Amino acid sequence: MKNPRGINEASLAQRLRGYARHPMSLVMMLLVMLAAALTFFVLLYIIGYILVKGVPHLTPSLFALEYNTENVSLFPAIINTISITFLSLLIAAPLSICTAIYLVEYAKRGNRLVGIIRMTAETLSGIPSIVYGLFGMLFFVTAVGFGYSLLSGALTLSIMILPLIMRTTEEALLAVPDTYREASFGLGAGRLRTVFTIVLPSAVPGILAGVILAIGRVVGETAALIYTAGTVPDIPSSIMGSGRTLAIHMWALSSEGLYTNQAYATAVVLLVTVLAINFLSAYIAKKLTKG
Amino acid sequence: MRVLERLMKWVFFAAALTSVLAVLLICLFLFANGVPAMAKAGIFDFLLGTKWAPNNTPASYGIFPMILGSIYVTAGALVVGVPIGLLCAVYMAHYCPRRLYRFLKPAVELLAGIPSVVYGFFGLVIIVPLIRDLWGGTGTSILAASILLGIMILPTIITVSESALRAVPSHYYEGALALGATHERAVFRTVFPAAKSGILAAVVLGIGRAIGETMAVQMVAGNQARIPDSILKGVRTLTSNIVLEMGYAAEMHREMLIATGVVLFVFILLINLLFSAIKRRGKS
Repeated sequence: MKNPRGINEASLAQRLRGYARHPMSLVMMLLVMLAAALTFFVLLYIIGYILVKGVPHLTPSLFALEYNTENVSLFPAIINTISITFLSLLIAAPLSICTAIYLVEYAKRGNRLVGIIRMTAETLSGIPSIVYGLFGMLFFVTAVGFGYSLLSGALTLSIMILPLIMRTTEEALLAVPDTYREASFGLGAGRLRTVFTIVLPSAVPGILAGVILAIGRVVGETAALIYTAGTVPDIPSSIMGSGRTLAIHMWALSSEGLYTNQAYATAVVLLVTVLAINFLSAYIAKKLTKG
Repeated sequence: MRVLERLMKWVFFAAALTSVLAVLLICLFLFANGVPAMAKAGIFDFLLGTKWAPNNTPASYGIFPMILGSIYVTAGALVVGVPIGLLCAVYMAHYCPRRLYRFLKPAVELLAGIPSVVYGFFGLVIIVPLIRDLWGGTGTSILAASILLGIMILPTIITVSESALRAVPSHYYEGALALGATHERAVFRTVFPAAKSGILAAVVLGIGRAIGETMAVQMVAGNQARIPDSILKGVRTLTSNIVLEMGYAAEMHREMLIATGVVLFVFILLINLLFSAIKRRGKS
């Protein structure tokens, strides 16, 4: 971290003199402080409000094994969320890690294709989730014929998280020093062996941080899933059945307007899950930069 | 061993093509399904028609109110989010003591991690009633959506513009100080203009995020499909139009919703192009 202040820092007296001469500077300073305080306050307020309102409503009946309109259990939604997360990672992680390996380890410098792949990945990461949902509905649900199902939802989401895992993996691979590769080649290992035994193991924390971030995206996703995985509040018997994830469940509860308390409680579960996932990712990434 | 080496190279190559394939498929399926419908309804009637009444006979499909709605809400989000976001980025890059930074940085990342349904719910139980109490009406309005989206684009704007500010060589700042400028003058008159293209990129990225946001907007904006005459009136965006009606739409109605998605997609592609153009100009 480069800090522009340091030995060249102005003393307090110098600063005060400056403010007396330029009152506009004082105003700007106050505005900057206010903006930072406001941002921090908004975050604390959102989290605090939802926790305070939601935690008292976390009743055991909310976690009943079966959903019905009495208990509006979120247990099936949790199971569906886990299935969809697992499925979409199963599809997206190998593809995006292989893509990153190709870009970093195999493609020659100045390869036109590399530019195209980077551009498409950037395009993918800019597409809003409702457009993914629309595409998933047209392609996986209708054209391929999977119908409203966990599989359709997972396939749609796997395209969505592809660029995310790809970029973090690429960064992690680029961070592995070239001397590792040279040493491996020098010992007579081929490229493939170098990639799998030398480069990938040292890039694991970076890749893991990306994957965990992707899990966070999947868990919080709604718009891409409503018209692909559907909104049925039960656990389907197979991945070809329709089921709602926790985020959709929460949306359904709050838009029906009958279950506000349960919506608060669901929000708590959702928020705590996503925050824990984010912390885990940040923790692993921090370990990476230290080690 | 040789064979495996060759084979795996092709496997990696094939995997690398999936993202290209995905973009092509998305374009193909959206355009193939949306454009013919658009042509059937008449491009101008569709884009500039002010009446969206899919249940009338004859039905009319004009998405101009939704296009305006998306623009209003996005503009409102920028008015709320850009000043706060940029000032906060300045704080993070040039004011924040290192010890506080260790908390602020993850806090901004958390703000980015909160799911949009949770934001939407927060807007529904806090912002909407507040507006209702202050100015009357239902509370679900352009103003509510703007405030909520303004908060939601904060992390994007803060993160991107902070790294742009940090990329400015420190001698710009030192030079300004040496000439007798105050800390603020040095930051806002020299460092800030030098980071201009990065800051612009941050704003463009924020626009993309705001215009594509669906669930949160749909929960607080009121969703009336007509042109609003005040910021306290409800509004429907392109995104909420799709998510609201796709569940029961059939035939022509359904095709028109897909066409709405095409319009949104084109908006996003344009914003992406703008973003990469700004980034390229910043590099050269």
